[in-house]
Amino acid sequence: MSHCQPATVQPSRVGVQKRIALLGQPNTGKSTFFNRLTQSNAAIANWPGLTVDLFQARVQWSGETVEVVDLPGIYDLNGFSDDEQVVRRFLETYAVNAVVVVLNATQIDRQMRLLLQVKSLGIPTVAVLNLADEAKRYGVQYDAQALSDRLGIPIQPISAKYGTGCQRAIATITHTVEHSAEAVTVPHLNAVLAAHPIPEAEIETLLRGVVQMPSLTARTITHTIDGVMLHPLFGLPIFFASMFGVFWLIWTVGLPSADPVDAVTGWFQTAILEPVLSVAPQLVQDLVLNGIWAGFAALLSFVPLVAIFFVVMGLLEGSGYLSRAAYLMDALMGRLGLDGRAFVLQMMGFGCNVPAIMGTRVMRSRGMRLLSMLVIPFSLCSARLQVFVFILAAVFPNRQGAIALFCLYVMSFVSAFTLAALLSRFDYFQSRDPFVLELPPYRLPTIQQVLLRVWGEMKEFVTRLSIFMVIGSSLIWFLTSFPQGSTGLDTFAGQLGGLFQPLMEPLGINPFLTVSLIIGFVAKEVQIAALTVLYGLNNHAMAVELGQTLTTAQGLSYCLFSLLYIPCLTTLGAIWSESKSWRYTAIAVIVPLVTAWLLSFLFYQGITRLPWAV
Amino acid sequence: MTLLELSVGQIALVDGISDSVHGPGLVSRLAAMGIVPNKPIQLLRKAALGGPLHLRIGSTTEIAMRRSEARLVRINMEG
Repeated sequence: MSHCQPATVQPSRVGVQKRIALLGQPNTGKSTFFNRLTQSNAAIANWPGLTVDLFQARVQWSGETVEVVDLPGIYDLNGFSDDEQVVRRFLETYAVNAVVVVLNATQIDRQMRLLLQVKSLGIPTVAVLNLADEAKRYGVQYDAQALSDRLGIPIQPISAKYGTGCQRAIATITHTVEHSAEAVTVPHLNAVLAAHPIPEAEIETLLRGVVQMPSLTARTITHTIDGVMLHPLFGLPIFFASMFGVFWLIWTVGLPSADPVDAVTGWFQTAILEPVLSVAPQLVQDLVLNGIWAGFAALLSFVPLVAIFFVVMGLLEGSGYLSRAAYLMDALMGRLGLDGRAFVLQMMGFGCNVPAIMGTRVMRSRGMRLLSMLVIPFSLCSARLQVFVFILAAVFPNRQGAIALFCLYVMSFVSAFTLAALLSRFDYFQSRDPFVLELPPYRLPTIQQVLLRVWGEMKEFVTRLSIFMVIGSSLIWFLTSFPQGSTGLDTFAGQLGGLFQPLMEPLGINPFLTVSLIIGFVAKEVQIAALTVLYGLNNHAMAVELGQTLTTAQGLSYCLFSLLYIPCLTTLGAIWSESKSWRYTAIAVIVPLVTAWLLSFLFYQGITRLPWAV
Repeated sequence: MTLLELSVGQIALVDGISDSVHGPGLVSRLAAMGIVPNKPIQLLRKAALGGPLHLRIGSTTEIAMRRSEARLVRINMEG
């Protein structure tokens, strides 16, 4: 019996005649199959009423335009997690002609429940049994044809990774879609599921004689590797060593990768943009070069870093090690309301916060994800490091600056984790998910899988953040160039700094430093450049000037404030585009500002009251 | 007894899951992971410092579960 209601595919998308949705548990290779099905030309799209973006693509099947949507991986249709709610909401709101359920053949015994749930909805369904190669290695035996006959649902064994069986599976899907003339929604999905409970005995009867699971104590290569990687004693040191390796890679390969991009954008500016613009009025030239183009060029300089980050992330995630990291670090991170994956991202944030924010997508609980995105900007990124090295060298004689720098790194971790521990008590950041995490077998992702992912992320990064960066950078240009003809503290930025000065005075931060902080919002590394402009000195002379005019306590207070005060423009853009919430983006500005002010206030007022005050 | 009392390497059969703390959410999530009555479950290892348990459910599903949740899974020793 069907519980579906006919509905039109049209309201959301123009030119689409039919729609199918891909549904399946996490770690089933659903997205890999999605790429096979759509020849990898997917794009992320926003669906009104859903809290997450979904991948979708349009394909031409028998002369019809069919929209294929990749739903988030879920364990259970009637579960309570954020993703499970998204999937239910989707099927209730958006009409589909068919659902393709992707199952992991290795775990066919337990994944059958999800297929039966989907079947009970009455939507035309096709099942693909992915990871057929892995199932064979594990010794899982099944008769797909017999199972298909019992269920009355076409079932195709495939390996999405290597392409085996995909042609046949796609033919089955197109055939089903062709014969499904009417798109349907399932209103009141929960009620339908409640009316069709699936007793365990039903699954047992279904599988009896057609599915043979391997012995309970069978050992695989994964068990051998886990014996080392998850070892009670060696597990954590191995984890920290591999984190160091990742960090090193981002530092030595990722960060310098911005230079060639800067060279190209710099060349484009001098060789093409400036000559072309020379006919325009000076004001327009300034706006385009220092506002719009500067913002876009800054965005582009992050692209290689984002690419390298997602190669690393893709390997960590695809290999199965990221789940192990969550297991290893849970004793600590669980108390902070986060999990081990948040720790990995926090570490990566030390290279650059932007990709780390994008990487929080691996955390499927929205509360935990928002909490993680809030504390990642406390990670002392490479841009802030440049500022600190300069300031500390100016205010510290000889080598004590290194100790101060180390303290700033410690502060970065301590403030992030303390804040997480405090905020995790709020309902807003609470994870509704029980901590039950699958540890999939170790897998070697194919180069194609990794490259596809990286390409998609780079494309998304540029298309989504362009507007944000251009507007932000134009705004800063306006603040620092007007009123016309003004410089330094007379500009709007300077006046704004003057406005904030009463607040900054108790932190030991002078008006020049305040303005540099406002400008540093564009990108932290600009703080020093802003200071040289404000002081009207070159780098070296300014270092001397700062050394003479700032006390050590003032220099440190400025560093502490710079470490915490606000995510840079690009990071904020990423936070906004990932959270899709202006309210949360505002929180992500306010919470760090308050934290920075309080800590710098306590630090500066405390240290200047000490008897041996500096 | 509960899953928490199992020693490393031992296999037991799932008896049931208490919904007293997390409500039906935990029961349905664990069922989706294969933790249903009479399913064999093996404790592979425990993470250091009170961290989660590494469990094998049936023959091909492995999961990590916090001790607070393992306390809610009742088991019977096999045989």
